[in-house]
Amino acid sequence: MALAAADISETVRLLPLVWTLSLFDIKLRYRGSLLGPFWLTLSTAIMVGSIGFLYSRLFHQQISNYLPFLTISLVLWSFISTITAESTVCFTQAQGLIHGTRMPHSLHAARVVMRNILVLSHNLVVILAVFVLFHTTPTLAAFTVLPACMLWVADAFAVGLLLGVFGARFRDIPPIIGSVMQIAFYLTPIMWNPVMLEHRGLAKALIELNPFFSLLEIMRGPLMGLPIESHTWLMALGYSAALILITGLVFTRARPRIPYWI
Amino acid sequence: MARLIVDNISISFPLYHVESRSLKKTVLAAASGRLGEDKKHRLTVEALRNVSFSLHSGDRVGFIGSNGAGKTTLLRAMAGIYEPVSGSITIDGAVTALLDASQGLNMDLTGNENIRLRALFSGFAEAQIKQLQADVAAFAGLDQFLDLPVRTYSSGMIIRLGFGLATAIKPQILLMDEWLLAGDASFMDKAKHRLETVVEGAEILVLSSHNTDIILRWCNRVIWMDTGRVRADGPPQEVLAAYLAPDQFAHAMAGAAG
Repeated sequence: MALAAADISETVRLLPLVWTLSLFDIKLRYRGSLLGPFWLTLSTAIMVGSIGFLYSRLFHQQISNYLPFLTISLVLWSFISTITAESTVCFTQAQGLIHGTRMPHSLHAARVVMRNILVLSHNLVVILAVFVLFHTTPTLAAFTVLPACMLWVADAFAVGLLLGVFGARFRDIPPIIGSVMQIAFYLTPIMWNPVMLEHRGLAKALIELNPFFSLLEIMRGPLMGLPIESHTWLMALGYSAALILITGLVFTRARPRIPYWI
Repeated sequence: MARLIVDNISISFPLYHVESRSLKKTVLAAASGRLGEDKKHRLTVEALRNVSFSLHSGDRVGFIGSNGAGKTTLLRAMAGIYEPVSGSITIDGAVTALLDASQGLNMDLTGNENIRLRALFSGFAEAQIKQLQADVAAFAGLDQFLDLPVRTYSSGMIIRLGFGLATAIKPQILLMDEWLLAGDASFMDKAKHRLETVVEGAEILVLSSHNTDIILRWCNRVIWMDTGRVRADGPPQEVLAAYLAPDQFAHAMAGAAG
């Protein structure tokens, strides 16, 4: 336990290294391309635009309401799904570093989180543009996204460690997580607004027990100017506490074995 | 005072992905014929078995032994990469491990970017990073190449960069694998002086090599590893006399004397 904690605190000390590694990751991905990392922004904008117009017709939604909702949801979801996908290979891909030098193992999970925060920050531009376009003005409640962001970072780091450990030990984990996240994408209100299902009992239960929904909602609600429901926050905190607890147990047990597995 | 104590450590590699992974090949090659089973009846390779020794300031230890005797695994364990299954390793002092040439080099990044990463890992500030970049550039003679991705380098240039980087940071305890001593003749002349400063600056030197000349020149103690165990531990002449064939030993001693 003490060793696992020391591992994590050393990662915190090495944050400048995590930052530079993540920055290089993004730079490498787009080295030689004309727009560089702004391809991230552009492709999100194109996707949100085209899906937004089609689905607002399909679901009979007002585009001025639907598009801001869809933009926030898709940007946040792509953060979640990329984190889970990249976490599963965060140790296996760092094999050279792990076998070459003594580094805190949690650094590789932190790198995945940091890299995706950088990606997310490129996509924030799209959210901002949509808000300006449709004159959506966030209310004071928008400030509660700050604690939500902190919870997200803690959760993302925990997911990185947990899935990283399982992905290193069991090579079937990456595809399994991939298909689970695919299903979660359709079950969670991302493309569709939960309001659409308000009068249908079963679907409501689906939403209320869905951990992804509570986590999305604590970010999305305040940004959309909706009142914060303490119930949603409690769910989000409960799921996060469980996640962090399990990760703590797994990482404490598995940490010394990681170099043997990869 | 630097200190490195290895107390009765054993390391075995579990073979989880035997059918498909190259792990099988690497580990089996490294530890020929030492398969075992762990508590859960999984196949394991026993790379090190009940290894103990202690090193103190002033010790210059050479590890010898045939391929697969466990030398590299032992170096990695001392570097803190593999935590032993049983036993313990106590280290007082800053350790630098020079285990392979391309160690941690990212082939897609430029030379300067790789240097920056290494510096950040050592907790350097911006000014020190610049200094390190200049130092490595001057030694490796890579000047304008440092702004190009490492994958465009020739293998000699990669060794020069790796070597320059590895020897730029002066450690208390230096763990070294053989690669540092391999290179073309003109490079070795240049490298020798730089390496000697680092080696002499280190309080403890641990060197794994097949080259008896180097062992005789640098080491005051030799540990002979055989199938994952310590076979002999003592002054270089004594251990080498037992390890080498008589004519080879005579040749090595003559070389060292000359």
